[in-house]
Amino acid sequence: MFARVVEKWLPRIVVMPLFAVSLFFVYGFIAWTTWISFTRSGVMPDYGFAGLQQYERLWSTPRWYVALGNLAVFSILFIGFCIVVGILLAILLDQRIRIEGAIRTIYLYPMALSFIVTGTAWKWILNPGLGLEHLAHQWGWTDFHFGWLVDPRMAIYTVVIAGVWQSSGYVMALFLAGLRSVDDEVLRAAAIDGAGPIRTYTSIILPMIRPVFFSAIIVLAHLAIKSYDLVVALTGGGPGYATDVPATFMYSFAFQRSELGTAAASAVMMLVTILAIIVPYLYSELREAGR
Amino acid sequence: MTTSANAGIVRRKGVGAKVGRIVLFTVLGLFCVYYLMPLWVVVVTSLKSLDEIRAGSLLGLPQAPSFAAWGKAWSSACVGVRCDGLAPYVWNSVAMVIPAVALSTFLGAIAGYALTKWRFPGADTIFALMLFGAFIPFQVVLLPMARVLGILDLAGSVLGLVLVHTVYGLAFTTLFFRNFFVGVSNGIVDAAKIDGAGFFSIFFRIMLPMAPPVIVVTVIWQFTQIWNDFLFGVAFTVGDSNPVTVALNNLVATSTGVKEYNVDMAAAVIAALPTLLVYVVAGKYFVRGLAAGAVKG
Repeated sequence: MFARVVEKWLPRIVVMPLFAVSLFFVYGFIAWTTWISFTRSGVMPDYGFAGLQQYERLWSTPRWYVALGNLAVFSILFIGFCIVVGILLAILLDQRIRIEGAIRTIYLYPMALSFIVTGTAWKWILNPGLGLEHLAHQWGWTDFHFGWLVDPRMAIYTVVIAGVWQSSGYVMALFLAGLRSVDDEVLRAAAIDGAGPIRTYTSIILPMIRPVFFSAIIVLAHLAIKSYDLVVALTGGGPGYATDVPATFMYSFAFQRSELGTAAASAVMMLVTILAIIVPYLYSELREAGR
Repeated sequence: MTTSANAGIVRRKGVGAKVGRIVLFTVLGLFCVYYLMPLWVVVVTSLKSLDEIRAGSLLGLPQAPSFAAWGKAWSSACVGVRCDGLAPYVWNSVAMVIPAVALSTFLGAIAGYALTKWRFPGADTIFALMLFGAFIPFQVVLLPMARVLGILDLAGSVLGLVLVHTVYGLAFTTLFFRNFFVGVSNGIVDAAKIDGAGFFSIFFRIMLPMAPPVIVVTVIWQFTQIWNDFLFGVAFTVGDSNPVTVALNNLVATSTGVKEYNVDMAAAVIAALPTLLVYVVAGKYFVRGLAAGAVKG
């Protein structure tokens, strides 16, 4: 009798600890961080409620605005270039290429690398003294100058360069899967109607795979907001804090400057941004899956 | 891919089509060069001497290839103040990644199985709430996690990282296994239940033997994510317990005397090699994980 009761409850007994772990480490921790963001906490946590003062501080810190500006520039260019390159490559690869598998493998391998490795590699390639600039000089273009990595105004664009290199192959894979899901009948009908290849893609196929655009943008935006390693490896947030993004800002306030309250406030701002992007997406995905 | 024979644009014939094909392959080829160029540069630089790096071309083959920089990166380059190369940190990463992948995969398999084959009231809500953990920016858990690790006396240890990666990998491994087990017929499970098989015996005797494809996808995904992680490594470990990504970053940032680019590049290859090998050997499964993990990024 006892064994039967245990057996009946066993699935719940197994799932509950795991669920409890996630409640504690995800929701509990979010609650803790959110609470800290409403306190006076500095080097040590202080649990007394202090209203919005950390948020006021955050939003009057010039460095926070630099981080947000960089995130905006980085996200827009990163998402834009990844989508353009991804669609282009997906369409080209969709032309019945015999060595497609090999090419796809080459386009996708950067996704297997750590952002730290990518950052280290590009830091060397973009090295103002010995990298691309040196190469251009050797090829006879002697007045070529490329010092973006150490130029506070341009350094954020080097992060875009490395980020697009790493992630565009992945976007290609997403779009290729989308193109493959389009029914051949549609293509045949378009061909019979005399639509050329460019017209077939721009006005028939791409509109049909709109959901892929949607998920690609979500994935990339999510990546952009969380991007931390790439910035650290490539520019270290510098020169100065010229390439700070919210993720590096949060880390620096939390672990280097020990201003817990402000760090928590910036983390909460990041969470809210991600939620605004992810929750509608997850909701529609789960509804889709439920059908 | 068998469908590709019919996919794509209906092909035209004649000279125009030929020119089109040439343009097509040129563009595809140029992009291959674009994606391979950094890897090429990193590898050839790691095989050159410093003199040749200064005098020679960024892209040129090394004139006298030497693995000296590799040896130095592995066992004697300075990471911060310690000059034992990357080797100890590679072993830290190995000691972190094996238990973390095994634990998170196993727990995800059980959770995915229990949530699909033993459906109880609230199972879907529990899954949705757990899944959410895969999408949060981890900055929001860094501060409390650091405190909890301190309380558990795991701060700055590889064991602490195992805990962190297991906990935050769980959402994702559960998703993988749930999606797989949802497609397995309930009839098999119901028949086994009638025969008197219990929760665990069905799991170990029936479900796991069916699951190798999803196990491979999950293990590869978790391995790549955890090996490549930097944020948790840098936030929760110090010096000797750093994983290899953190050590690589420190090695590159360490500037004592002459900057040795060849050693930096050799170190980058060493840190990248495990995940690259997995990609080369099991790329198909890696891409499947990417597709399933679309939102995690």
